[in-house]
Amino acid sequence: MTQYSIHNARVIDPDSGVDEIRSLHISGQHIVATGDAPEGFTADSEVDASGLIASPGLVDLYARLREPGFEKKATIATEAKAALYGGITTVICSPDTDPVVDEVATVELIHRRAADAGFANVKPLAALTRQLNGEQLGEIATLCEAGCVGATNADNPISNTLVIRRLMEYARTFNIVLVFAPVDAWLATGNGAHEGSVATRLGIPAIPVAAETVALSMLIELATLTGASIHFSRLTSARGIELVRDAKNRGLPVTADTSISHLFFSEQGINDFNSAFKSVAPFRSEQDRQALRDSVLDGTLDAICSDHSPHEVDAKLVPFPTAAAGLSTLDTFLPQLLKFQQETQSELSTLMRLVTSGPASVFGLDCGTLQAGAIADITLFDPTISRTVTHAGLLSMGKNTPCLGEEFQGQVTKMVIAGRLIDINRR
Amino acid sequence: MQNADIQLNEQGELKHFLTLDGLDRDTLTAVLDRAETFTSVNDKVVKKAPLLRGKTVANIFFENSTRTRTTFELAAKRLSADVLNLNLVTSSTKKGETLLDTLRNLEAMQCDMFVVRHGDSGAAHFIATHVAPGISVINGGDGQHSHPTQGMLDMFTIRRAKGAIEGLVVTIIGDILHSRVARSNIVALRTLGAAEIRIVAPRTLIPKYIEDMGVRVFNRVEQALEDADVVMGLRLQNERMQGGTIPSADEFYAMYGLTPERLRLAKPDAIVMHPGPTNRGVEIEGSVADGAQSVILQQVTFGIAVRMAVMAIAMGTTASDSGTAT
Repeated sequence: MTQYSIHNARVIDPDSGVDEIRSLHISGQHIVATGDAPEGFTADSEVDASGLIASPGLVDLYARLREPGFEKKATIATEAKAALYGGITTVICSPDTDPVVDEVATVELIHRRAADAGFANVKPLAALTRQLNGEQLGEIATLCEAGCVGATNADNPISNTLVIRRLMEYARTFNIVLVFAPVDAWLATGNGAHEGSVATRLGIPAIPVAAETVALSMLIELATLTGASIHFSRLTSARGIELVRDAKNRGLPVTADTSISHLFFSEQGINDFNSAFKSVAPFRSEQDRQALRDSVLDGTLDAICSDHSPHEVDAKLVPFPTAAAGLSTLDTFLPQLLKFQQETQSELSTLMRLVTSGPASVFGLDCGTLQAGAIADITLFDPTISRTVTHAGLLSMGKNTPCLGEEFQGQVTKMVIAGRLIDINRR
Repeated sequence: MQNADIQLNEQGELKHFLTLDGLDRDTLTAVLDRAETFTSVNDKVVKKAPLLRGKTVANIFFENSTRTRTTFELAAKRLSADVLNLNLVTSSTKKGETLLDTLRNLEAMQCDMFVVRHGDSGAAHFIATHVAPGISVINGGDGQHSHPTQGMLDMFTIRRAKGAIEGLVVTIIGDILHSRVARSNIVALRTLGAAEIRIVAPRTLIPKYIEDMGVRVFNRVEQALEDADVVMGLRLQNERMQGGTIPSADEFYAMYGLTPERLRLAKPDAIVMHPGPTNRGVEIEGSVADGAQSVILQQVTFGIAVRMAVMAIAMGTTASDSGTAT
């Protein structure tokens, strides 16, 4: 077994509360110790990580990888590489592929493609209903035994509340966490835009905040009834945050996240019909954005996800109402997180928790930590290197990011995944 | 504030005409003044001016239209342009061609100006963003967003009747939610200094955040009409009358229809406007549409002059060029 040590990095491990310069000792696929090497540990090699920050490999709770079925938008291999080179070692992917993730064969296909590619770990979410049709229960127990980490109906609505109740009861039987992006499909008369003054002026059908809060209230009531564990994915509104906070205070087993993009963008983005800012979970008012920023810092939210939605260029080259919704975010995920840290002057360890142990604990994953015995998934980045986002520099097949041309500080230089050390030189 | 840069050249002059949002008072007034040069004292539109001689204007309509397309065609012809009418309602888009591909094909036909009507809000912006340099894009109506030439012809009609927009109380009745005409008029009225812009309809037809556009929302038409200088009706689309947003056309008429009795609540010299086509007995009583206070047909006539003005300005001609009208 290969054994090596990484020295002189500032180690930030929110799970163990560590934030100091110390060594990491790796044997095979695991971290065997941090700080002093364990007795009898002999390193085959030493890595000097002076000036770098070492954190657990990032865990992304929601990304669309598009394969199988939509390979013109992205493939598992391309996106897993974009993830890994962006500091993410575990990507949880949505089941809204073609075929949808409602059979074990599809789960196996995704695992095989990810393993063949050899970049980030890819863990699918199971389709909560057959074909994501919102009517019949999916085989979620089987799918989770095959490796799915939870189940979701992705962005497809389930309008029958009895179906939702049954799904929750069924999931609770098997301790399966259900992921909901709360949107009341009836109230969402548009897509990709927030119902507010900008969409009103532009005459764009939009999604009111009430679409989120009505769905959240209903889901919280059914979670109360059934005792199911629910993860609310990609919250967008101040009022939505309040509802989740209340539910948590009542002791319900609920967790929640927002996307990295929602910390930065508001409804102002779609001014001039800029479809780069058209997002499935819409960017709302400035007040909502501020509430989301506060809620990741005050611990109301458990995670920040990428909500990665790669599209081919043509998908956005149509008028706003028909343009595809979604942003490609894997490449800019960590740089944006660091920008948020600079803007808010918050503790880096507070933010790193939201992309490591926070998301890992939503599904009880054994990653997102640097504790001795954990799998050695480690992100090493240089916070001083700046890099401009360019079309050619994006590793994701989706070039649909509004960050093109923007300069960010912070660049991944080394990654460790299951003990394997990879040098990442992107200058 | 919406960024209007895309429709202006480096000198701040109009090169496209996509929205009234973001255009200042001087720019709007210049359009109205230019339209005046195309109308004679008896409200007739001048027959022919050579301003766009040798230019080709393509009327690209992805949505059905009679009035707007016809008046654009007349306007272009009176400016001596060659006109190409393309009705794409059932054409290439149904065959899977993207808007961008359609655009590229029309560019290849070497047109100088595109007049575009499209069902998607933002379609004109999209085309202006991607069009080859040198081609002007005039928005002939995009989704529920904007209908800027309608807005300007309404302003022109009001100015003709009232002398100025400034200080007027304007009441807009009807389906604001789905109306690009209402949005354009609200923006123009605000920019040109209307004292109060009132909108009135059942709340199902009023966008929740419309007050951010500087209007006052009324529930009852009687209150909204009180002492108004200008009363505008909007067309209620047939599909809205099927019970989704209002119970029935009859109930709408009972509650909001513009009748002679209701019109008497407005100022005695108030004018009545409607972008057409009117639904008599739904939005407006026939006697009001045809009555002494109605300027509905003048709107159509002035539409030609205003569209001539917009085309002439966007093609970079100046007012002194217009003096050569024959």
